[in-house]
Amino acid sequence: MDYIKAVEQPYLRDHYENVEIGDRVNVHLRITEGSRERIQVFEGTVIGRKGAGLNETVTVRRVAYGVGVERVFPLHSPKVVKIDVLRKGRVRRAKLFYLRDRVGKAARVREKLPTSNK
Amino acid sequence: MAKFMLGRKAGMTQVFDENGSVIPVTVIACDPVTVLQNKTVETDGYCAVRVGYEEYKDTEKETKKDTAKTKKERKKERRKFGSRPHRGQFKKIGVKTMRVIREFRTDEEYEPGQVISVNEMFEAGDAVDVSGTSKGKGYSGAIRRHGMRRGPRTHGSKYHRKAGPMSSAATPARVFKGKKLPGQLGYKRVTVQNLSVVQVDGERNFLVVKGAVPGPKGGLLEIRSTVKTKKK
Repeated sequence: MDYIKAVEQPYLRDHYENVEIGDRVNVHLRITEGSRERIQVFEGTVIGRKGAGLNETVTVRRVAYGVGVERVFPLHSPKVVKIDVLRKGRVRRAKLFYLRDRVGKAARVREKLPTSNK
Repeated sequence: MAKFMLGRKAGMTQVFDENGSVIPVTVIACDPVTVLQNKTVETDGYCAVRVGYEEYKDTEKETKKDTAKTKKERKKERRKFGSRPHRGQFKKIGVKTMRVIREFRTDEEYEPGQVISVNEMFEAGDAVDVSGTSKGKGYSGAIRRHGMRRGPRTHGSKYHRKAGPMSSAATPARVFKGKKLPGQLGYKRVTVQNLSVVQVDGERNFLVVKGAVPGPKGGLLEIRSTVKTKKK
């Protein structure tokens, strides 16, 4: 018997197959403040996916008030309510760490248009 | 109550707690143990319980006193079912021969032949100590083995990764016992104390504890209630 699987099984949730590298996404997070609960949205570009199964994470980068912010979200975390894809990105690598060294217009990711792949 | 269990490390993963935080956990496969013998102060000078774990795959054929057997045959048999004194302990109470025999200190008396599964022993929230044999690292130097500092690599230095001075000169004119030197690292008994039990599954027979435990996957582990804090 695969004990690891048996332990992970009840925790597994959606692994967001449609979230790909370079995509612009909205991550909806459940924030608990005292007894109140609210949803916070983190918008940014997916610059990496890592791990497998229950340990899978996505790294989302955004530039807020001139400061680069990267957050790593465990995909199966109960805190992650949902992830919306706003815009698909056209990229040629699996990790977009080069975006960290770029500012402004250079830090954009080209959009993948449905018509562009003939 | 002193609780105990035997298991084999299945590997590590992570789970989420009620707040959504990730907790690193180790999964331990814990098939039920069978009580073989009670040790008491009157007969043995201390009290403990002796248990067996993991039945041998092959069923043992009734063997005659094996004077007729060759050395090779006897060796093969030992590997398959354990030595004769080992087997005798199981024969006495009439259960199948098992690979592992271990003893745990406890005041409680158990019925010989009684089968104990994990969920009868532990529950989520318990604090446990886990003992096992750590992964062997072979013969290692003093830096890796004892965390000593190395000397300069350059500037004419010829003192790179040595174990330092052995001792002083005229007094004591010898090296103290226990001086940290290169040698075998790992593959020795290690206990990790005060791990909390995250989950117990009595149906599928496994135990989930928070944190790491010694040894490789498949390594034998002894799980006991902790000697540290007295958690309820």
